Amino acid sequence: MLLIGAEDEEKWLAEGIAGVQHNAFYLHRALDSNNLRDALKYSAQMLSELRTSKLSPQKYYELYMRAFDELRILEMFFKDESKHGVSVVDLYELVQHAGNILPRLYLLCTVGSVYIKSKEAPAKELLQDLVEMCHGVQHPIRGLFLRSYLAQISRDKLLDIGSDYEGDADTVMDAVEFILENFTEMNKLWVRMQLEGPGRVREKREKERSALQELVGKNLHVLSQIEGVDLEIYKETVLPRVLEQVVNCKDDLSQYYLMDCIIQVFPDEYHLQTLEMLLAACPQVQPTVDIKTVLSRLMDRLSKYAASSADVLTEFLQVEAFTKLSNAIEKVIEVQVDMPAVGAITLYVSLLTFTLRVHPDRLDYVDQVLGACVKKLSSIPKLEDSRATKQVVALLSAPLEKYNDTVTALKISNYPRVMDHLDNGTNKVMAMVIIESIMKNNTCISTADKVEVLFELIKGLIKDLDSATDELDEEDFKDEQNSVAKLIHMLYNNEPEEMLKIICIVWKHTMAGGPKRLPFTVPSLVFSALRLVRQLQGQEGDIVGEEVPATPKKIFQLLSQMIEALSAVPSPELALRLYLQCAEAANGCDLEYVAYEFFTQVFVLYEEEIANSKAQVTAIHLIIGALQRMNVFSVENRDTLTHKTTRYSARLLKKPDQCRAVYACSHLFWVDGQDGIRDGERVLLCLKRALRIANAAQQMASIARDSSGPVTLFVEILNKYLYYFEKGNKQITAAAIQHLIELINTEMQGDSATSDAFLASTLRYIQFQKQRGGVMGAKFESIKL
Amino acid sequence: MNYLVGAFKPPCNIFISFADGRSRKQVPLKKENGKTVMVALFQSQESIVGEVVIEPVHRKKVEHNGVKIELLGQIELYFDRGNFYDFTSLVRELDIPGELYERKTYPFEFSTVEMPYESYNGVNVRLRYILKVTISRNYVGNIVEYQEFVVRNYTPPPSINNIIKMEVGIEDCLHIEFEYSKSKYHLKDVIIGKIYFLLVRIKLKNMDLEIRCRESTGSGPNTYVETETLAKFELMDGAPVRGESIPIRLFLSPYELTPTYQNINNKFSVKYYLNLVLVDEEDRRYFKQQEITMYRLLETS
Repeated sequence: MLLIGAEDEEKWLAEGIAGVQHNAFYLHRALDSNNLRDALKYSAQMLSELRTSKLSPQKYYELYMRAFDELRILEMFFKDESKHGVSVVDLYELVQHAGNILPRLYLLCTVGSVYIKSKEAPAKELLQDLVEMCHGVQHPIRGLFLRSYLAQISRDKLLDIGSDYEGDADTVMDAVEFILENFTEMNKLWVRMQLEGPGRVREKREKERSALQELVGKNLHVLSQIEGVDLEIYKETVLPRVLEQVVNCKDDLSQYYLMDCIIQVFPDEYHLQTLEMLLAACPQVQPTVDIKTVLSRLMDRLSKYAASSADVLTEFLQVEAFTKLSNAIEKVIEVQVDMPAVGAITLYVSLLTFTLRVHPDRLDYVDQVLGACVKKLSSIPKLEDSRATKQVVALLSAPLEKYNDTVTALKISNYPRVMDHLDNGTNKVMAMVIIESIMKNNTCISTADKVEVLFELIKGLIKDLDSATDELDEEDFKDEQNSVAKLIHMLYNNEPEEMLKIICIVWKHTMAGGPKRLPFTVPSLVFSALRLVRQLQGQEGDIVGEEVPATPKKIFQLLSQMIEALSAVPSPELALRLYLQCAEAANGCDLEYVAYEFFTQVFVLYEEEIANSKAQVTAIHLIIGALQRMNVFSVENRDTLTHKTTRYSARLLKKPDQCRAVYACSHLFWVDGQDGIRDGERVLLCLKRALRIANAAQQMASIARDSSGPVTLFVEILNKYLYYFEKGNKQITAAAIQHLIELINTEMQGDSATSDAFLASTLRYIQFQKQRGGVMGAKFESIKL
Repeated sequence: MNYLVGAFKPPCNIFISFADGRSRKQVPLKKENGKTVMVALFQSQESIVGEVVIEPVHRKKVEHNGVKIELLGQIELYFDRGNFYDFTSLVRELDIPGELYERKTYPFEFSTVEMPYESYNGVNVRLRYILKVTISRNYVGNIVEYQEFVVRNYTPPPSINNIIKMEVGIEDCLHIEFEYSKSKYHLKDVIIGKIYFLLVRIKLKNMDLEIRCRESTGSGPNTYVETETLAKFELMDGAPVRGESIPIRLFLSPYELTPTYQNINNKFSVKYYLNLVLVDEEDRRYFKQQEITMYRLLETS
């Protein structure tokens, strides 16, 4: 019987339905002719179809519904005494003559409901009688459906009794008692289903049982609908009785469903007022019950309730909802020893969510929750369950989301302690969440203490943790470090002293990051420090003479430390750029020594570290750019530096690179501005040298490829000539320009096919200047095209 | 034609009627031929009063050696069919020997007749009451007419009516305690009770309550016992667990029961039993039988 195929079941169902229909046909005939005897006979026969044991709950339900519809018709008939001429009292006895219990009880319930409605006997007695007689059906499925029928058919009467009867408390209690009794019995039957049949079909049983849970829960639903059930009754009778049943049935499916059901069907207000009782039941359920979900839902509901209006918030405080929930959760975790870490943490997450919604102002509550979580976490070795870690992340993210202000979260002392329990990967994820939260909300972290805490929190990103041997995803790592770099910019205080402190702290932390992280973090930090330098520079006048801890000098010392650290990476290009930035800043502060020192470092780097020719080209151009803007240097110093630069330019590997670097060097000798250097001679020297190199490059190209190369280099140099010509460099003459143009034209004849756009534009510019007239026009006049 | 018919028919018709025939309660009585007729109902100590009308057919003269009416209480055992045992026999002479010419009415009266036993129609035995009118005749056979009636005796509710309560079981297998509210029931009574399951280690399928009627006739080696299950009432469907209690409510009115008859005239007894039957999933039956006493309560309505 246990291994029945679906086909057989279909067949049995079809047979059952046919049986019901067949008898229903005769039943209708009997009803039409007001023949009570036949009506009873055929209805009993029809109901006998429900005695089958062959159907699964779903199929049985189908059959039951067929019979149910017919019973509604029968009930109408019973109601109308004029049709059958038998008083309802006699009818009540008459139906009990049936020999088979199941049809008998269905009929009894049907008549019973008519009887109650007639009010010829106290509803209480009838209800008690019905619920008692139903004991006769001990078969779980049949019993459940029978009692469900009883509940169904008595429902409207109960609502009447429970609500209409002029608020008479006794009648309300009658209805409540009845439902509770029926509920208890149904639950027992439902639980018993689990025990039927051998263990191997356990899973199937469970599935079947789940299909029937509604039947049991319906009772609670009806209870919640009875108006007469006020808080008093709920507190004194309904909840204790239901919970008693829940606890005593010792069945996990039932306990889970019913707890959930209680929470869902009764009003929030009741839950709040009976929180203690409800929560007391939680630790008593079976260890396998998923009580965390139940509690989570409860807290979810309560927090929504709290959000509904401000008035209810005081109620929450009155009943100390938080304390109670917190205690209950602790107890549940304590009792359910086998609960996986994920369960416990999920509970804390829910509690935290509740706290944040209901008591957003109580940071101490949040801290308390986290503290409890720490306690739990410290009792287990290390989180390995990925779901658990996910929950911890959720736990930690919740306050961040709520407060929109990471600073608040930083105040929570247990926060970092929770993070300590995460594995490295998750720790990083969490750190990212924190950073993202800061970014999103544009939170400015403005004190050194907070920065200290923050870096303690995100230390997973800042440095390698003890056992960080696992493979890192390059992409992720970059993202992380970029975030940290971004974060550094969020640390800001207007007060230079404090800002310096912040920078020191950050440096202290980032220093430990190792060669892989420094290239990401150092630039941010450097720029952050440079910002401070500029700020100090701006207000220098005010603080002169005082013993200010935050002097540019000090900062520059720090900066050079930072950049030096990069050499360990090694990342010479980056270091070089940063040195140049610093040098510029030092220039701004009028600190010649410092600037010189930075440039020294630049050249050392260039000489020792930068070997790649492309990198060299870039470096040289950067150096030229930076050096050109420097104005603090004395003549010697400047000479030294410019000299070095030019030399390096001329020694680049590729000719075109050489050429470009050299003509760029010309700018080192011609600085616009009031007291800029204008050494026209050396400018010309540079340009001529560039021309020579260009020539050489051109020849090399023609030898190598048997054709002259592009004239681009010449055109570029021509542009430089034009620039200085305009700027009024006396060494640059119109004749020289003229000469250069001719040279270019000669070169161009080699390959007439390509007309150079750059050249064309340049020539057009000269034409334009000529026609403009005025001083400039006169100057250009002498150039002939 | 009439002559012909008349020749085989008794020469006169006899009608027996009761004085209060119209108002007296009639009850159905199953005749031997299977037909049910309505007959008058009496109880012990009642006077049976009525009249006998004798009407000669076709005004023919009927000669006789006297007319009498007898009230007989008979027990008939089916294994000894045709042999009636009269436990009550009363005679009233209605007429001295003579001739009857025309319709004649004879009143009769048996006052406060002792009729200790109830009419009973069982499997192997029948107890009946009849009025027998005999017109004795010489040479030709007597003309006899019967009128059956039913006697039912009512008992007041018993002063002592203990509950039946008993714990039974199979060791380590099944222990139940059952309880019937009374040990004596009237015929329209309701059996109320409860079955407690103290220990259930077998998988029960269902539980029935049966009403069994045990009719024993004869005595000594010639005792015949016939047991009949009159009612089979399902009490429980499915397997109960420990601690479960199942209610019993069985209305007796739908069943044709009689009072308990204890050794009626040393000829027969009828006893009633409640039989609690538990059936397990392998269709094994466990049962416990308890005797109950049935009595007839005077119906007030």
